[in-house]
Amino acid sequence: MELRAEGAARFFLRKMKSSNIIYAVQKTDLTLEPGQLAVISGRSGSGKSTLLNMMCGLLKPSEGTVWADGLDLYSLGDGALSRLRNEKFGIIPQGGSGLGSLTILENVMAPALMYGKGKEIRKRAGNLLERFGIAHLSEAFPKELSGGELRRMAIARALILQPEVLFADEPTGDLDDENTALVLSVLRDAADKGAAVMLVTHEGSAAAYGDVLYAMHDGVLSGN
Amino acid sequence: MKFRHFLSVRNLLRRPVRTAALVLLSVFMSFSVFAGSVITASLRNGLESYSARLGADVVVVPYAATTKGTLESVLLQGIPGNFYMEAPLYEKIRRIEGVEVAAPQFYLASATASCCSVAVQLIGFDPDLDFSIQPWIRRSYEKELAEGDIIIGNRISMPTDRILSFYGVDCRVVAQLDETGTGLDTAIYANMDTIAAMIRGAQERNFHYFDDIDPANAVSCVMIKVKDGYDPELVAGNINIHVRKVSASKAGSMISGIAGGLKNVSAVIGLLTAVIWILAVVILAVAFAMISHERRREFAILRTIGATAGMVSGVILGEAAIQSLIGAVCGIALACLAIFPFHTAISSALGLPYLMPRISAVLLYAGLAILFTVAAAAGISAFSAHRVSRQDAGILLREDN
Repeated sequence: MELRAEGAARFFLRKMKSSNIIYAVQKTDLTLEPGQLAVISGRSGSGKSTLLNMMCGLLKPSEGTVWADGLDLYSLGDGALSRLRNEKFGIIPQGGSGLGSLTILENVMAPALMYGKGKEIRKRAGNLLERFGIAHLSEAFPKELSGGELRRMAIARALILQPEVLFADEPTGDLDDENTALVLSVLRDAADKGAAVMLVTHEGSAAAYGDVLYAMHDGVLSGN
Repeated sequence: MKFRHFLSVRNLLRRPVRTAALVLLSVFMSFSVFAGSVITASLRNGLESYSARLGADVVVVPYAATTKGTLESVLLQGIPGNFYMEAPLYEKIRRIEGVEVAAPQFYLASATASCCSVAVQLIGFDPDLDFSIQPWIRRSYEKELAEGDIIIGNRISMPTDRILSFYGVDCRVVAQLDETGTGLDTAIYANMDTIAAMIRGAQERNFHYFDDIDPANAVSCVMIKVKDGYDPELVAGNINIHVRKVSASKAGSMISGIAGGLKNVSAVIGLLTAVIWILAVVILAVAFAMISHERRREFAILRTIGATAGMVSGVILGEAAIQSLIGAVCGIALACLAIFPFHTAISSALGLPYLMPRISAVLLYAGLAILFTVAAAAGISAFSAHRVSRQDAGILLREDN
């Protein structure tokens, strides 16, 4: 799947002396192509996460359009857009993202269980947990895990349905070097297997894994 | 089980303190509405039963009995009492214009001494004239009462054919009456011949209270049915004017006093229920708003993995429905434990006729209490669910970082 932002911008209303409108993301054009890992770096508050959320259908742009294989993402109803997120997208949100009442295994299986695709998914979830070194925690609950372990769980969950597009928002924050390398190599691997990957990060070493590099500054995306 | 239902159940189980607190609120809600409904219905039934049981248009008692409220004590609370007027007064009453039937009754309290099997109110009536007791007796006993036969009230636990002794007179229990919810449930009924034998027995055993009582020449009260076209109030007034040492009251005025009491008790119950509900609804609304705010990231995470707004709402509503259903059922169970075993104590404490509704009515009240409690919790949580599901997940995630 190809995702393309065309003049996509997002502003928020705030009471300020100069203006009531704050642009988190200025008009932006961005294309995520299958098999390509796009790395977007920038300081905190530069608009990276807002852009990622617009691209993955979680935040409607104030202006412009996001196209998914030629289809306006935000013209879809909530049901269709949610289904698309579930089936085609894998999203790794910033920060802890465990569903506290589910075990780690259930958390990883959740996207599949949500629409009744539970058959044979347990084995795949187990393999992913094994791959990320947290198989021994499959029956634990998120509050029993460290930040790094939770991040690995989130990545496993994002990969469970083999998404066509993978969104990762600061997936290496709080991780040690070893885990950072593991996560970045997993994202690289997903791209190599044909997924379009959007990685938003502070991590300097991430550039080495990317196909296209972007920088974000005050809501303006500058390319490659 | 659908994922959202599974998630709702898990969320409740994994947060036992929060769940218990919300369940407790639902317990209060269903307890108050169910217990309030059953008690109010019992009082209403009691009043209807009392009214039907009284059966007369006008009730005449010796003046002394009204000043002490004795007749009402007997009828409402089952407190045994002895009060009498002379038979000539009965004859005068019978001849007052507008009186169609005047049925005398004779009240006799049994003693706690060894001569009597149980201490109860004994009520004698004249089978030829009575129109208030016999229709009620007919429901459980078709035959005429012979001398020595007695019929016991519903709250006296004795099998039929058991022999009970009162002032040395052996009496056979021939039937038990349906419950009335009044003091008459603890009374025993016999014809005038049996009562006369008991009084003679009491006099022989030197119960001095009965020294001056000639059963053939005394009655305790007179139940009057007025002729068609006559106003019971006017007939009662005529009796009060023309017959000395007695007090005649329209039966309706006795009932209206009780109805007033019932109204007051119902108002207090209604007020308490309203206060509990208002408090519970406010607390639930605040709790759901706070919990939803606290859990907004969790809901945003659900959206990232493909949950629709409806699914997120479904999880919130599901949790509210499950915990309120559990709370409502527990509240009803608690109310049953508090009301049913102690209905006699409640009746005595209120001093009003109290007749439990039928099981079908109780089940209906329970169903409505569950429905109202679950609907209230679902309605309140729906507001929070709507707010949460309306927000962009991207903004919720952004706010939380």
